[in-house]
Parts: sequence; C-alpha cells; structure tokens
Amino acid sequence: MSTREWLLTEQPGSRRQARMGQTYRTWLAFRRNRLAMVGLGIVLALVLVALLAPWLAPQDPIVGGSLRTERLLAPSWQHPMGTDDQARDILSRIIHGSRITLLVVALVAVIATPIGLLVGTTAGYYGGWVDTVLMRITDIFLAFPRLILALAFVAALGPGIENAIIAIAITSWPPYARLARAETLTIRTADHIDAIRLQGAHSARIIWGHVVPLCLSSVIVRVTLDMAGIILTAAGLGFLGLGAQPPQPEWGAMIAGGRRFILDHWWVATMPGLAIFVVSLGFNFLGDGLRDVLDPKAHK
Amino acid sequence: MPLIDISDLHVRFGPVHAVRGVSLAVDEGEAFGIVGESGSGKSTVLRAICGLAPTSAGSIRIDGQTLTAPRPPAFYRRAQMVFQDPYASLHPRHTVDKVLSEPLAIHGFTDREARVERALNDVGLGQGFRFRFPHQLSGGQRQRVAVARALILEPKILLLDEPTSALDASIQAEVLNLLDRLRSERGLTYVLVSHDLAVVAHMCERLIVMQHGQTVEELTRAELQAHHAAQDYTRNLLAASEGFTRAAP
Amino acid sequence: MTLLAVDNLTVTYPSRQGPQSVVRNVSFTLGRERLGIVGESGSGKSQTGRAILGLTPLPGRATADRLEFDGIDLRAASPRDWRALRGARMSMVMQDPKFSLNPVMTIGRQLAEAARRVASGRADARDRAVAMLEAVQIRDPARVMAAYPHELSGGMGQRAMIAMMLITEPDLLIADEPTSALDVTVQIEVLRILDDLVTQRGMGLIFISHDLRLVSSFCDRVLVMYAGRVVEELRAADLAQAQHPYTRGLMGCLPRIDADQRPLPTLQRDEAWAR
Repeated sequence: MSTREWLLTEQPGSRRQARMGQTYRTWLAFRRNRLAMVGLGIVLALVLVALLAPWLAPQDPIVGGSLRTERLLAPSWQHPMGTDDQARDILSRIIHGSRITLLVVALVAVIATPIGLLVGTTAGYYGGWVDTVLMRITDIFLAFPRLILALAFVAALGPGIENAIIAIAITSWPPYARLARAETLTIRTADHIDAIRLQGAHSARIIWGHVVPLCLSSVIVRVTLDMAGIILTAAGLGFLGLGAQPPQPEWGAMIAGGRRFILDHWWVATMPGLAIFVVSLGFNFLGDGLRDVLDPKAHK
Repeated sequence: MPLIDISDLHVRFGPVHAVRGVSLAVDEGEAFGIVGESGSGKSTVLRAICGLAPTSAGSIRIDGQTLTAPRPPAFYRRAQMVFQDPYASLHPRHTVDKVLSEPLAIHGFTDREARVERALNDVGLGQGFRFRFPHQLSGGQRQRVAVARALILEPKILLLDEPTSALDASIQAEVLNLLDRLRSERGLTYVLVSHDLAVVAHMCERLIVMQHGQTVEELTRAELQAHHAAQDYTRNLLAASEGFTRAAP
Repeated sequence: MTLLAVDNLTVTYPSRQGPQSVVRNVSFTLGRERLGIVGESGSGKSQTGRAILGLTPLPGRATADRLEFDGIDLRAASPRDWRALRGARMSMVMQDPKFSLNPVMTIGRQLAEAARRVASGRADARDRAVAMLEAVQIRDPARVMAAYPHELSGGMGQRAMIAMMLITEPDLLIADEPTSALDVTVQIEVLRILDDLVTQRGMGLIFISHDLRLVSSFCDRVLVMYAGRVVEELRAADLAQAQHPYTRGLMGCLPRIDADQRPLPTLQRDEAWAR
C-alpha cells in the first residue's frame, strides 16, 4: 500500500492515521489553488531567508562600506539593490530585515489570535452579562484606528521593535474576538454542543474542545489575511520612527530613510517597499487559499 | 413507583408558553411515545427532562427524586438523549473514537479502549469505523454512532428525539430494529418523540398525543392499533398517517 | 394523450474518478395524470425532475435521446424558448417554500407579477392572484396577499408557493417533495389541492417523493428509482404486487400502525440493482 493510499483510506486504523489523512486531504484541496501555492511559496521563502540571513546576505547590514565612495550607488552586480546613504548594501539589509518582519508577524499571531479566540468564544458561549462586558471592551479597542492606538502605546512604552509588536498585538485582537463570537453564536445552539453538554462536560471543556476548533479555521484565515496589514502597520511605525530604531534594518524605517533621496536615488526607498509588497501579497494569497479549504461557508 | 414522573410541567421561553401542564409517568423498562406536529411542544418536554429547556413550573422526578437545575453529573449517567439530525449531532472535526471516548474521559472511566470497541460492536458498526470522521459516514451510520454515544455511559433512560425522521425508510427500519434490540437486551427505558404515528406505534407500549403544548389524550398501543381514539385530533392524525384518501367520485 | 416523453435521460457530473451518472437511461411518458417518482436519497429522483425543466445545476449535464413536451423538443430549446415555457407552461414546486419565494416582496406582488404573463392588465392580474389563493384553500386571501413569506406558517407558505406556480395555469407541474416539510394533517390538505387541480384543469403532475405510502395513495402510476435507474414502473394500485425486490423491500420496511412485526424486515441491497 502506497503512502498516498494509506493517507486517503476511508478506514483509518489509528488516531494518527485519521488525523494525517485529514491533513493530507486538506493539502490536496489547497494544492489545486495556484495563487495560494504562490502565496505559500512567498511565505516559506520569507521564513527561509530569515533563518539563513547571515549566510545569504552578501554584506554586513549595519556597518557600511566607505562613506566617500560607496554611498547611494545604483543597483549593480556588486550591489544588486544599490546602497543607501550610509553606504550599506540594501539587499543585505532587506535580507536581515526579513527577520524583523517575521518576528512581528509571528509574535502578533501568537499573542493576538489566542486572546481574540478566548474573548470571542467565551462571550458567545455564555451570552448575557459576560457577553456584554467582553464585547464592550472589544468595541472600545475597535473604536480606535489601529495605527493611532499603536502610536499611543508606543508613545507610552517608548519606541522600539518589542513595544511596537506589543502595541500591534494589543490592537489586532478585537476583530478576531468579534469573528469568533459570531461563529460561536451559531455553533452553541448546535445539537452536537447540546450532546456534549448532556455528557456532563464543563463549559471550559466545551469551549476549548468543541467550540474553538470550529472557530479556529475562520480566525486563522482572518489572521493570515490581516498579516499584510500588520506588516504595513509595523512598517508605518518604523516609518514614523516609533518602531525599530536605527541602525536596525526594518523595512518601514528603511523607506523612511530613503524618502529624502526618492527623486535622485529611487532604489533606496523602492527596494524595501517592494519587499513589503511581495510579502503582503504572499500572505493575502495564502489567506485566500486557506479560506477556500478551511472555511466551508466560502464554498460555492 | 414510575421511573420518570412528570407532573404539570410548564416550559416558557420568554413570552412563548411552549409546554402547558403536561403530566406523564413512565415505568422502568417501558417505551413511552410522545406524538405531535411541529410546535406541539413534544421535543421541549424531552429537552426539559434532560435540562436543555428550563422548567418554569411543575416537577420532573426520576426514581422519586425531583431533578434540580443544573443537573448533577450523576444524572447524565442515568439518562441520555439521541437527537433528530445525525448530521448536526456529531462534531464535524471529531473522529468516532473521540466522540465515544470523551464522555468516558469526563466521567473518569479507565477502561476506555475496551468500552469504545464494545459500544461500536453493540450498534452494529465494526472497528473499521472507529477512526472515521462524520463526513465519512452515511446518515444511518452517524445515527448509530449517536446511539453508541448515548449508551456508552450505560444509562437506564434513553430520550429519543425523532431519531429516524431524517433517515431513509430502509435505514429507519435498521435503526428502529437496533433500538428495539438494545432495549430488550439492556432493559432500557425509552421516551420517544416523533411526528410519525407508525413509528411510535411500532416502538412504544403507551403514548400521549400533544397539540399546542398540551396533552390531547393518552393511548396504549392496543388502542392505537384498533384506532380507538377518543379525540378528533388523534383521529385526524391516524387518518393522515394512512396516506392520501380520495373522496369517491 | 402524451404530454411529456422522456427517452434515455442521463444526467452526468464530472468527478475526480471520471464522469458519474446520477440519472441513467430513464424513460417514461406522461399524460394528463399523476405520476409518482419514488426513491431514497441519492436515487436521482430530484435530478430527473430538474433535468426535465432544463435546470440541471452546473457542472452537471443532461442528455436524452428524446425529451419532448407537447411536441416541443426540449433538448434544442434556446434560453428564450425556456423562458416562454418555464413558469408559463411547466412549473416546479420545491420542498421548502422559504427558498423559493422572494423574502422581501409581499406574496401579493409576487403572485401578481407571475400572473401578468397571462393576465390582460394589472387589475386582472390581482383578481387572478386572489382567485388562485382561494383555489389553494387560503381562507383570508387579502391578508396573505399583504404578507411577506416569513410571516406565513409552513403550510400557508407552501400553499402560496403552489398558487404561484399554478397561476399561469401550466400544463405540467413537477412537485419535488412538496409536502415533506409539512405536518401530516397539512400535507393531506395540500395534496387535496394538487389533486383537484389535476382533475379540474387536466394538468400533468410529476410527484417526486421518498414516501412510498403517500405516493401510492395519491398517484396513478409510480416509477421506483434506485441508484439513478428506474427499477420498476407500475400502477399505484398494483404496488402490493410489485415484482422488484427493492420496491417490495421499501414497502416492507415501513412500520405499520396495525401490524406488530418485529424486527422490521430490512432491505438487503443487491449490487445487481444498480447495474
């Protein structure tokens, strides 16, 4: 029996086989969407580049070359993306900058998703005053534009990439909470929730074991689609000088640095801009593809 | 003393008065039917027994003890429910194995493996079904899983809410036979809710007919089979269940 | 007189394992009578009804050697021909009226709109709508005319739906499980309405249902479908003498009020039936 048959069997022999078969089926469905595969490729490339940055980058991202002869050089074989006003190789800076971008994306996802899920499912499951209190708090966070609220946080906590990440995470969970709550409201009246309640399960078990798994896919899709916005917010904070601090090679801060020469030396701001564009697009494609396989309601 | 004793039960959902003073008594080992059309409150009576619907007035006693809300954990080991729609009553992301072993985990059973295997065999599904997801099962197979889940805690009372009305006729027969066999093997007590008089007549020794939240009348199987109904409403139901009758031209 | 002739109707859907036929070589003719199509879920009975009206959902494809309605070849019908036929001369009643009625329009407006196709003017259309609601035994037509679909009960909604499908006085009505969502007592009333319309207007009716007992008591003839094929065609009155083991099995496995048979006989499916 081939691995494929083992995975696709209608009669799995163990828990592991059932789970892996399910994952493989999802993968088969996902693979058929070409744009989603492109998105997955971009995101995987980002991860690889971030992991291997010290080996991939041709030059040092922080310490530049000779300030007299190597400043603001146009793209060439020596410097494929040119150099900036500190005579640093832009390609190397973008490669190292991918680490910061990945850090932002990963930490925001790890912090904001569970908060949103927990708040949303708890509010939706219990209803009543729990729902009212939790959702009004969510509304307060939703009422501020994300960048403004992040600005306020950073202003209070002090500039720096860590504070920027915390600020973005704190401002991005409310939409996930609303989404999870809306899903929970439809799930909690389902027969299978009544059934597990009749087995004597506690609310915590029902929420984590039965409600969250059903909300998770739509929240994951939403988080993935939000990644582009999160990268842009991080870049925006960097651009305003409130995110990563120089000389860290953060893409938004790099655009800010290149702004002064945009007319004469276009590559300084354009190259990091392209990087942001490609990665944001990659996350959007991936999110769209995930929605098609994970969210049954999106099916035609 | 009856095993289930409901007296003057009222259930209100806000302004809706769904059940208005229903009383019934079910003996141990008996199968009791509740027949009615949609909105008659028949399912609400069932849900009130297991605590899914609030008791606004009246009392529900099991073994002489009045049930309290919320139900104590021990209650769920005495009474379980099978739902109407087998497509909605199983968690779409849980395998059969998970569905069956979770109640055992909740109630702290240690011999889960053996119990899950036995439960699958009891409802006529082999071990090959154990690690399947609901979408890999047909409607009849899902309903068997739902029956297995209800029985895995070895309750004495099974509440059946239209257990076969979402199934094809041939599958309905298989599930009804299964329920019949399990009852005689284990001495279970059934309360079966259905809109289908024939199903109730087949399964239950006694039944009540409900309309607008109230009991219209109580009948035994023999009375039903002999078409001895005292109320017009019951007679209409009986006539309708025979199919369409054309007035003589 | 033959109203509808179907010869070798096949409905095919593409799938990963190649094309799958959900209806295979179905042939029958229909006069001005009540024809029942009975089968379990997945038997292809609903797909047969849809294919006759040219409503096979994509990516499905319906083919037939002959598909003729009142002398018109439906296989060659253009979208324009279909518009002239559907609604006006052939109609379909679905299981759930909530999906078939426009939720943001009153029943009266929807009925009058349908009636405009046959009525001489606005006032005539309205009169026809009221008359039609009376014909389907709605006691208070004025109230129903002003109501939105969600304001009606299941039985009322289904009657309004039937009124809408019949207001153009079609020659052929395809009713797909028209009463399955209704309570038994209401179900019988709705059937009585359909029955009157067939007898009085000489309409042809295809009644699609899973309920063998209901179909046999209501229809003149019955087609029994299994796995996309017609396994048996017989007069409803002769159902007790059915030859095919599937038909006999379907009849036998129903519990009966006045017979105490236990266990119930179950259907032993035979691979050969599907072939």
